[in-house]
Amino acid sequence: MTVTDVLLLGLGAVAIGAGLLVVTTAHLVRAGLYLVVCLGSLAGMFLVLTAELVAWVQVLIYVGAVVVLLLFAVMLTRAPIGASADLDRPGWPGLLIGGGAGLGLAALFVDAYRWTAVELPDAGTAARVGGEVFGSWVLPFEVLSILLLAALIGAIVVSRPDVGAHH
Amino acid sequence: MRPVIPYVVAAVLFGIGGFGVLRRRNAILLLMAVELMLNAVNLILVTASVTVHSMLAAAGAAGYTGQVFVLFIIVIAAAEVGVGLAIVLQLYRLRASAEVDTVPLAEPEAEVLAR
Repeated sequence: MTVTDVLLLGLGAVAIGAGLLVVTTAHLVRAGLYLVVCLGSLAGMFLVLTAELVAWVQVLIYVGAVVVLLLFAVMLTRAPIGASADLDRPGWPGLLIGGGAGLGLAALFVDAYRWTAVELPDAGTAARVGGEVFGSWVLPFEVLSILLLAALIGAIVVSRPDVGAHH
Repeated sequence: MRPVIPYVVAAVLFGIGGFGVLRRRNAILLLMAVELMLNAVNLILVTASVTVHSMLAAAGAAGYTGQVFVLFIIVIAAAEVGVGLAIVLQLYRLRASAEVDTVPLAEPEAEVLAR
């Protein structure tokens, strides 16, 4: 057990605990805040795994933008402040499929990587990952910008009440 | 570094996300569970990038492809959340609730347009 392993174990335990709370809590707003904890500890795991740029992008986009957007939506749908009793369906199909997928995948990974230990490579800094993006992945990168533009326009069209309405 | 730790964490997080998608009725909580699943996949990609990198380095190649894919997934997830929340808000405007299992799948046209 090296320091890296201990850090990964701790951050992973926090991520799993916060993830469980996200899907079980009865408070809508608290689910969003637990999601911040979960995504933040995942960003910590990325840092420990030397994926430096990915960790900061995770903090900026997920914790900074996506969660804020989700909390905005919670407010705009006038969610109750306290606990709500009607957030859940019966749990057994989800338990069956989610538990089966999670434990099955975990068993596969444990079987494949039980005793493997690797050396951490050079950190994935902005320079190195940027070199890779603009070296091998330029075309997907450009397509992604078109996708973002399409999503932007789509969101505007969907949320405007006067577009596409029959009067 | 033992890659089995982040791999198992990612697998369990994916299961939790799948459980949440099937269990939650509120559309916003559903989107949060989808985010959990996406992040589990991101963690697997980063771990795979690190694991394979040390094997590639022995062959003289350098690759950060897994991390580039994670960046792409994060961007796509941001776009997905934007469009998804626009749809959820429109659903709330029409039906005054964001519950996914009360949405009728065959909607008569006149009812949608009443505003």
